Amino acid sequence: MYDFAYQKPGSLADAVKVLSGDMDAKALAGGQTFIPVLKQRLNKPSTVVDLAKLGLTGITVSGDKVTIGAMTTHAAIASSPEIKAKIPGLQHQASMIGDEAVRHRGTMGGSLANNDPAACYPSALLALGGTIKTDRRSIAADDFFQGMFTTALEQGEIIVSIELPIPEKSAYEKFRNPASRYAIVGVFVAKFASDVRLAITGASQGGVFRHTEMEKALSANFSPDAISGIVTPADGLNGDIHASAEYRAHLIGVVSKRAVAKAV
Amino acid sequence: MPQVTLTVNGKQHTVDVEGRTLLVELLREKLGLTGTHIGCDTSQCGACVVHVDGISVKSCTQLALQADGTSVLTIEGLAEADGTLHPMQEMFREHHALQCGFCTPGMVMTAVDLVQSHPDGLTEKEIREGLEGNLCRCTGYHNIVKAIAAAHPLMHAKAAE
Repeated sequence: MYDFAYQKPGSLADAVKVLSGDMDAKALAGGQTFIPVLKQRLNKPSTVVDLAKLGLTGITVSGDKVTIGAMTTHAAIASSPEIKAKIPGLQHQASMIGDEAVRHRGTMGGSLANNDPAACYPSALLALGGTIKTDRRSIAADDFFQGMFTTALEQGEIIVSIELPIPEKSAYEKFRNPASRYAIVGVFVAKFASDVRLAITGASQGGVFRHTEMEKALSANFSPDAISGIVTPADGLNGDIHASAEYRAHLIGVVSKRAVAKAV
Repeated sequence: MPQVTLTVNGKQHTVDVEGRTLLVELLREKLGLTGTHIGCDTSQCGACVVHVDGISVKSCTQLALQADGTSVLTIEGLAEADGTLHPMQEMFREHHALQCGFCTPGMVMTAVDLVQSHPDGLTEKEIREGLEGNLCRCTGYHNIVKAIAAAHPLMHAKAAE
């Protein structure tokens, strides 16, 4: 690992200032992806800005939405009775990220800012139609994810919290790589009064995406049978040593049906 | 050079570190606590698991500076001062839950947190899922699972004393 300066600001304004003033400064959330990246020398920050002292943790339910602080850990989300009651798909999703020790450190905001194409949370955000609140604005999930490891965040912009509308039903199913536990294909489905949204992670070269054909079919008939005949083309899907693009295309159908069956 | 002040196994230390110094490096190289192992160095094997403020973490995936102000417990701090083993260590011995011993410190620290966070009991499935982040390359996991199941009532009986 290359050496770097380390700062742990006590206010959001200070953190934004440091990160905005130096193009080579990087924010550190839980570090469960970022520290391995540093070890591999894939990144060489001048300063690492630890966000741990900004008070960005906690889960609150008010009316029809759940708000989760950006520094809330996967373990806190997985063990939250409120999340389990309001968005069971998200509780289940968080409980399957990494392993116990990783879940104790890894954060929702960190995962979203990184936007790994095989990460779990982007699918929940997109399927739920969530909103990412930063130090300066609100960004709809539909606008936030802009391709593999790319988001709408500007230099120095920090995610403060995540707002998620409470769906009628939700479920997440993951066909995971057993070694890394990342999604080979992960599907989050959310049913609202007016429509159904379904997002897929792990599969596409462009990162997380909504499967509009399945959404349309499920909005008319919320059952696994409704999407039985839908074939997803392999064009643009990831192919690697773990699964070919064609296999991922097939898995999208299978895993989506499992997710819907679970949500119904 | 930045400094980190933290409590390790009940004793406070102030240590000079670099920004990039990992918690596991601080424990092993600065404090000489080599019971915490570095196995994979890629957050997968769990040989480096310690408790930070009572929660199991991979000390190879946390900067030493992130642990400033915390209380860290390592395998060396688990037994009592007179050498009496912690119930988890005793059950690992009783059930022959180790062979080469390399993964054992991390296994024990993960297991202690797992038992503490499940006061109402642990199923075999929960134990096996709880060990997902700890790899053993010698014996397989059967005796480790048995040891953890056996330690659960002992630990909670002791906690109730």
